[in-house]
Amino acid sequence: MAAGEELTLSSHIQHHLTNAKMCTVDGSLAFNKACSEAGFWTWHIDTLAWSIGLGLLFLMLFRSAAKKASTGVPGKFQCFIEMIIEFVAANVKDTYHGKSKLIAPLALTIFVWVFLMNLMDLVPVDFLPAFAGWVGATFFGMDSHDVYMKIVPTTDINMTAALAIGVFLLMIGYSIRIKGVLGFVKELTLHPFSTKIVPLQIVLIPFNLLLELIALVAKPFSLALRLFGNLYAGEMIFILIGAIGLLQLPLHFVWAVFHILVIVLQAFVFMMLTIVYLSMASSDNH
Amino acid sequence: MNLNATLIGELIAFIVFVLFCMKFVWPPLSNAIEARQKKIADGLAATDRAEKDLALAQDKAKDQLKDAKAQAAEIIEQAKKREAKMLDEAVAKANAERENILAQAKAEVEAERNRLREDLRKQVAALAVAGAEKILQRSIDEAAHADILEKLVQEL
Repeated sequence: MAAGEELTLSSHIQHHLTNAKMCTVDGSLAFNKACSEAGFWTWHIDTLAWSIGLGLLFLMLFRSAAKKASTGVPGKFQCFIEMIIEFVAANVKDTYHGKSKLIAPLALTIFVWVFLMNLMDLVPVDFLPAFAGWVGATFFGMDSHDVYMKIVPTTDINMTAALAIGVFLLMIGYSIRIKGVLGFVKELTLHPFSTKIVPLQIVLIPFNLLLELIALVAKPFSLALRLFGNLYAGEMIFILIGAIGLLQLPLHFVWAVFHILVIVLQAFVFMMLTIVYLSMASSDNH
Repeated sequence: MNLNATLIGELIAFIVFVLFCMKFVWPPLSNAIEARQKKIADGLAATDRAEKDLALAQDKAKDQLKDAKAQAAEIIEQAKKREAKMLDEAVAKANAERENILAQAKAEVEAERNRLREDLRKQVAALAVAGAEKILQRSIDEAAHADILEKLVQEL
């Protein structure tokens, strides 16, 4: 009995931590467990749907404010949107000193999008997966245990890695645009150990390259893993709290209140680090 | 870590969202905010200017009021002086008139008195003559002694 209970608990947690998958097997679409052999070409449809949905929500809200933007007296919604814009613009202005039309909208997109995705963490963990299970069982004749629904896209490493890779590509792009290919290569090879003696410098190049490459690659890794780790851990604790019965209510409340801080902070950190990394990439003095 | 094709999907979504934000969201909002900031700054500057103008106008009004008061006081002063002068003149004129009338009256009275005295003297002379005539009816020729009588009348 005890063993069976433990099994259901761990399978319950496992169920919560599994994405809904989609892939093609033998030329036709397959879902979830059928995709275990699909390898790389598997799509997490819940992550994709929620993240793109939330991204569209972000763009819709801000686009509607942008359409109504005028120099007259702004309404409450307009003020709210403009407060966010001003907050992001102030942070970009303080940190990024070059001229770029991309950095500020990039920072805004990251901040609001990541925030909205993190915000899904505050929806009680069982609501939407249970609803999805009910829909799957009622309308598609599936076993509700085979319906997976992970509603927080940032607890999927693919999501955070995609953001980090996007930022990483921009870092390389900015480095090359500002310093040129040669400048970028020089930055990677002539620091931190530099000397005026040419043969010695040549000997030092591999060490420099190794250190600089690690430093460069560590940035997207830290971006992706920080966001993923924080949200995954938070989600995990929500799931654990959700599994302990009636006592979960006060605990859930406390953890949710604490998590309000975490979700805003993580969105802010991701945005700030993006700005800082791009600022470093586009500044010449090493 | 189960990295898979989701990564590519999310990367594309990310790029599209950022581009959309860069083209259609950020510029209008940012421009509107900056334009409004400029408008508010202009408004505040205009308020400052208006306040300064108001203070200036108030000062000017105060000065003008002071001038007007001074002028009014001067006019009143002049009027008073003129009033006093006119009063003096009137009094002097009246006095002169009085003197005149008095003198005339005196002269008239004098003339009347002289005339009355003359009349009286003539009557006394006539009486005296009549008396003397009665007394000296026969001895004295009126015509022969007229010069003496005349002298007598003169002496009265």
